[in-house]
Amino acid sequence: MTENLAFFSQLIVTGLVLGSVYALVALGFVLIYKSTSVLNFAQGELLMLGAYICLALTIQAHIPFVWSFLLTLAFSFAFGLLVERTILRPMIGESIISVIMITIALSTVMRSIIQIIWGTETKVFPQIFSDEPIYFLGLFVAEIHLFSLGFAVICVAMFGLFFKFSSAGLAMRVTAFDQQVAQTMGINIKRIFALAWAISAIVSSIGGIILGNINGISNELAAMGLKVFPCVILGGLDSIIGAIVGGFMIGILENIAGGYLDPILGGGVKELAPFVFLIIILMIKPYGLFGKKLIERL
Amino acid sequence: MSPILNVNNIEVIYKDVILVLKGMSLEVNEGKTVTILGNNGAGKTTTLKAISGILKSEDGEVTDGSIEFYGERIDKKYAEDIVRMGIFQVMEGRRVVEDMTVEENLFAGSHTQRNRQKKKQDLEMVYNYFPALGPRKRIMAGYISGGEQQMLVVGRALMSRPRLLLLDEPSMGLSPLLVSEIFKIIKKVSKEQRISILLVEQNARLALSIASHGYVMENGRIVLDDTVEKLMQNEDVKEFYLGLSEVGTKKSYRDVKHYRRRKRWLT
Repeated sequence: MTENLAFFSQLIVTGLVLGSVYALVALGFVLIYKSTSVLNFAQGELLMLGAYICLALTIQAHIPFVWSFLLTLAFSFAFGLLVERTILRPMIGESIISVIMITIALSTVMRSIIQIIWGTETKVFPQIFSDEPIYFLGLFVAEIHLFSLGFAVICVAMFGLFFKFSSAGLAMRVTAFDQQVAQTMGINIKRIFALAWAISAIVSSIGGIILGNINGISNELAAMGLKVFPCVILGGLDSIIGAIVGGFMIGILENIAGGYLDPILGGGVKELAPFVFLIIILMIKPYGLFGKKLIERL
Repeated sequence: MSPILNVNNIEVIYKDVILVLKGMSLEVNEGKTVTILGNNGAGKTTTLKAISGILKSEDGEVTDGSIEFYGERIDKKYAEDIVRMGIFQVMEGRRVVEDMTVEENLFAGSHTQRNRQKKKQDLEMVYNYFPALGPRKRIMAGYISGGEQQMLVVGRALMSRPRLLLLDEPSMGLSPLLVSEIFKIIKKVSKEQRISILLVEQNARLALSIASHGYVMENGRIVLDDTVEKLMQNEDVKEFYLGLSEVGTKKSYRDVKHYRRRKRWLT
């Protein structure tokens, strides 16, 4: 294999890993948007919170990683329910702007509280995965990368099954499509809203834990919340499949752009590329790849 | 026999100011089909929404009177609890979930049913009543024809095993042939499953052909109610809802222009 091709494949693989995390977080974002029509600007903070909780349980409470991971998921579920019940539910029926403002406020408050508790310096997980790269399909891949990719794919597949076959999943899709129809079927839409937040918090914290294991945990994790915007805009704001595809595509794109352009431009392209892409998508395909074309009538 | 649904002199107000129903009463007996006739804006749909509890999500409220189902008051209950008690409203306009397949739509209709085995049985029952849906079950509901969509929403309602079905204009925008097919099926289902039906229709002739009792609604209240046979004989109903003149022949447009019969009831 030539040097160039190896470099390219390496970029693709790390892009896939990053993309899988984006896909998870974007899935959470779209879930909330679709079923409750709330744009959640605190998605990144949900991710950060999950990462910190897991870290605290592992390091400070000395719980084995697997258990602290599961505990974190349980915590996120409860936290999602709590946020929906106390902050979002009173806002039902308020204007979109005020609901968005509430989520922005929520994001700031959460980030500040996390800083107060855990400080601002970057923390790292104790080594859980070995440093030894694995030879996989002709490439050297870090164990953690392989693990996170596999895990993200499993998660996505599980959610696919959930939405297709479970009663709660179907109810969520009905609610997302038409709340009134959902009510006529005896679906308790308030419970669905709560469930959407809880699931969203869970997938975000999974994303946070994966990223924390790869890059360490710091305040920068919250910026990941903003990265979901290019993903969901690319995939279409109201499409779950779109979020997943968009997540993977943005991850790969970001890595390739970074890998090839950084040496020329002197760094920072990785951060920039998704948002340049965001602007381009909005100009040529404003509804995204899978989004529903909706004509607003005035 | 006491009626299973008893709407007793209800008043409905939207957004705290708009008075839509002004003392509306009606009864539905077990296993019977009852129809509400009335022109646009009379409050027919609002009546159905008041019964099913959907009204609350539209900022409407039953401010006076009571609604009883099997003797239990339901006018303060939430929609999801009312569905569990056995009332299912099929809303106007074939509101299928377009991005779900036909079968997923049907399964979603059985949300209140926990038992998977029973869900499967009910699914078979729906495919039996609506054979047209079977071959379409894996297709997105947004892509099937209007008639199939109407069958789907009625089938979806059956999945919840309702005692009372509220049907809002099932004939809207469908060809006469399809309409009569769908009505035939509805009649059969109602008879075999002993489901009572409260039907709102613009197509009065059709509605009167399947119902046993009819109410005529105007301006938020009932102005006339009787058995279907008597309603068909009523001069005003003939004139305003069936489009027949007094001798029972079709009326020409010229007569309408020259003379319009005054309604004999007070509104």
